Amino acid sequence: MSSTASAPVQATGAAARPMPGTLRLFWRSFAENRGAVLGLAITLVLIVLALLADVVAPHSPIEQFRDYFLTPPVWEQGGTARFLLGTDDVGRDVLSRLIFGARLSLLIGIAVVALSLAVGTVLGLLAAFAGGFVDVAIMRMMDIVLVFPSLLLAIVIVAILGPGLFNAMIAVAIVTLPSYTRLTRAAALSELARDYVTATRCAGAGPLRLMFNTVLPNCVAPLIVQATLGFATAILDAAALGFLGLGAQPPTPEWGTMLAGALQFYQRAWWVLAFPGLAILLTVLAFNLFGDGLRDALDPKLRR
Amino acid sequence: MPLLEIRNLSVEFPTARGVFRAVDGLEMTLDTGEILGVVGESGSGKSVTMLAVMGLIPYPGRVRADVMRFDGADLLGLSPRQRRALVGKDIAMVFQEPMTSLNPCYTVGWQIGESLRAHNAVPKSEVRGRVIDLFRQVGIPAPETRLRAFPHQLSGGMNQRVMIAMAISCNPRLLIADEPTTALDVTIQKQILDLLISLQRERGMALALITHDMGVVAETAHRVQVMYAGQMVEEQRTDALFAGPRHPYTAALLDALPERAVGHARLPTIPGTVPGIDDRPAGCLFNPRCRFATERCVAEAPPLAGAAGARARCHYPLAAPVAVPA
Amino acid sequence: MLRYLLRRIGMIVPTFVAVTFLSFMLIRLVPGDPIEVRAGEHGVPPERLAEFRHQFGLDQPLWKQFLDYEAQLLHGDLGTSIVTQDSVLHAFFQLFPATIELSVCAILFAVLVGMPLGVIAAVKRGSGFDYGLMGISVTGASMPIPWWGLMMILIFSVAFGWTPVSGRISDAYFIEPVTGFMLIDCWWSDDAGACTSAASHLILPTIVLGTIPLAVVARMTRSAMLEVLSEDYIRTARAKGLGGARVVVVHALRNALIPVVTVIGLQVGSLLSGAILTETIFSWPGVGHWLIESIQRRDYPVLQGGTLLIATLVMLVNLGVDMTYGFLNPRIRR
Repeated sequence: MSSTASAPVQATGAAARPMPGTLRLFWRSFAENRGAVLGLAITLVLIVLALLADVVAPHSPIEQFRDYFLTPPVWEQGGTARFLLGTDDVGRDVLSRLIFGARLSLLIGIAVVALSLAVGTVLGLLAAFAGGFVDVAIMRMMDIVLVFPSLLLAIVIVAILGPGLFNAMIAVAIVTLPSYTRLTRAAALSELARDYVTATRCAGAGPLRLMFNTVLPNCVAPLIVQATLGFATAILDAAALGFLGLGAQPPTPEWGTMLAGALQFYQRAWWVLAFPGLAILLTVLAFNLFGDGLRDALDPKLRR
Repeated sequence: MPLLEIRNLSVEFPTARGVFRAVDGLEMTLDTGEILGVVGESGSGKSVTMLAVMGLIPYPGRVRADVMRFDGADLLGLSPRQRRALVGKDIAMVFQEPMTSLNPCYTVGWQIGESLRAHNAVPKSEVRGRVIDLFRQVGIPAPETRLRAFPHQLSGGMNQRVMIAMAISCNPRLLIADEPTTALDVTIQKQILDLLISLQRERGMALALITHDMGVVAETAHRVQVMYAGQMVEEQRTDALFAGPRHPYTAALLDALPERAVGHARLPTIPGTVPGIDDRPAGCLFNPRCRFATERCVAEAPPLAGAAGARARCHYPLAAPVAVPA
Repeated sequence: MLRYLLRRIGMIVPTFVAVTFLSFMLIRLVPGDPIEVRAGEHGVPPERLAEFRHQFGLDQPLWKQFLDYEAQLLHGDLGTSIVTQDSVLHAFFQLFPATIELSVCAILFAVLVGMPLGVIAAVKRGSGFDYGLMGISVTGASMPIPWWGLMMILIFSVAFGWTPVSGRISDAYFIEPVTGFMLIDCWWSDDAGACTSAASHLILPTIVLGTIPLAVVARMTRSAMLEVLSEDYIRTARAKGLGGARVVVVHALRNALIPVVTVIGLQVGSLLSGAILTETIFSWPGVGHWLIESIQRRDYPVLQGGTLLIATLVMLVNLGVDMTYGFLNPRIRR
């Protein structure tokens, strides 16, 4: 196999701006994977729903309809077209809460990933560049985070900070920090060993410039994959915290919190349980498929 | 009847950019006790040919041939069970990379023993003794202790001896050696080659020696086949080939040998590259790089020309030794 | 091998000390006055506060408190529960077998089902089975455990009535807790009815907890097998005339096991996280449930001690995985 342009990651120059040809090649690789395309499609739908929640949702997510406690979905006996997916125990429309929940979940994902990614990348770069004691110290800190089961650590952090969505997001961000740090450090270390970095250093580039302008762009691909998969993890973890009562508090329409609310009546009103959980499943699945597709498309080893 | 007979063998691999013909219309014969040298550059299809004979072409490759017979039996028509009875027993292969060709999780003694056990070559009680004996035959010192060694504890040369021991363990009629010395130190190369030759002579095996090193072929083979881009381009007895190559490619290969370029200021090279999947010429595959190419060469694929045992795939096979302009 | 073990233990010690430090700081970081937190009371009059302060050693300098804490730990004293007045260590060991039983069953489920599926998917690469398995695997890894568990209960316990809803064994039976492992204790007591009851209580939680590890194991096995199957020594094995099944099981699997075992070991952390949720849903009386209750009841010594114990456990398991890896891979051994 010969000379067609390889993936954007393998750029031999300092800046790895993908050319149109490379982008098309990447898309072709990516599109071969039908699961990945499906994931992307669902993600786009979710984004649209989140943005247009106010318009699309039939009701307000926190409005209680006193005459309609635990109404079944429209296709069951006793259901009504007014509340397509039924209502919960205080008469709130499940569908509207789901749609607003999508907005919330996406925000959670973005916030957690952004925070984790930013801090993790800086720490990883620092560890790779500074080496020695700084490297050991940072990696040890990450080891300590990893020794605790992720949910347990998140629970302890929330116990310290107090329950609430914001604190839950911080907790999840801390818990997912090590993966970005390790990834960045490993990628940076392997880039640092390459000739073009030595050349740039010889040309007089200072460490900050070296870090962010030269090395980081070439570590981007695995980070993008990790961030996409991290989105999925963030949503799952935030939902778990919500379910345990440690995340978003009612009446916030977070999907995990909705699951907690369903605990008392799920045996009589299955829809209060099924739909929020299904929403979580579909969203997480979408990001996982999308992230896997990205990984396969960006990994030169898997090309035929 | 020849031991191995192949006519019009082709091996194709479907890829994202079209079908790739690794081997194209190949002919080969090998008699018992004969040493055939198969020479060619990387990508000429020499390894793929032998893998096809062994039935080791991985999915999604396709193997087709008019004739592919071993000792009269049609190799293509064999059931998987019949093939497994043949491979490793009557036909055996030694591969190029000894360090990665042995399973790192099992001792070398166990791996050779597995071969013996799989083909029921010796009763179970005698397996250990036979393995020690094989080690001795291939020149591994202190065989009893080496039995329990793992491949990563042995050097490349040792591992290759183990591979050879494994290959000859069931007394094969045909031994295929795919670049057995390429990955080894120069000092070890000669030892391994000598070992192969002496084993061949003692046991009367047919040996198909694949290599890109013309020097190796000159010293060891009875006959030589030259391959280029998946096709056989020349076939002659060794001494005749070296004295008078008939195909321009062979001539160019010989001219590039340092030993033969005495007196020239520069070592002659062959301009251009081997055709890949995208740029296969319509006529003779060598014509873009051939000094003597004419329009006929570009348009028409040449058939194998010449007497039996001394043939070349060329419209204008060379008659006499060609002198390289100084 | 022993040297390897000692070296690995040496590397753990600093991490362990750091973890104990974090655990030590927990009481002081939690909202509220640390004395009131420890005592479990609020609105304490000043004289009693001073008493408590002295009793809990909180009037000492921080570093001395930390050393005292370490000394306590080495004596096995991890504090006392505010709610039950029971030693944290004692409570942990009483509840831990339930969590282990569940976790072990979940891992067994994941490995016994996931590995063969992964091997078959690798051998039949590109087939419908392969795509199907990968699809199910991704879906399994995306499931929120609370939803999955409750749905399973809804379907199998409520709708079909096949399995019980919660607990480890039906109230009709009382089994002497000899080992703490319900299955073993039931077998020991020779009560067939109890055994079936215990087993039926285990099924759903095992499946729910084991789903994510199953997905991970199947996927890892498949990708490890795919890599191994393309190695040179597999070609050599085939060139020896060995049959397909033997090549896959004897030659390939042994090499593929190495990364898979590592992954299984690393799953312990996520397994414990899952156990917390699973135990809550099925009212399974294990450590996870205990910890969640401790937060709800503000029983912070339990949270502190329990977290430390679990972290220690994870470290030990990682060590175990390292040793197994060294055993499986001869290249590391010498």
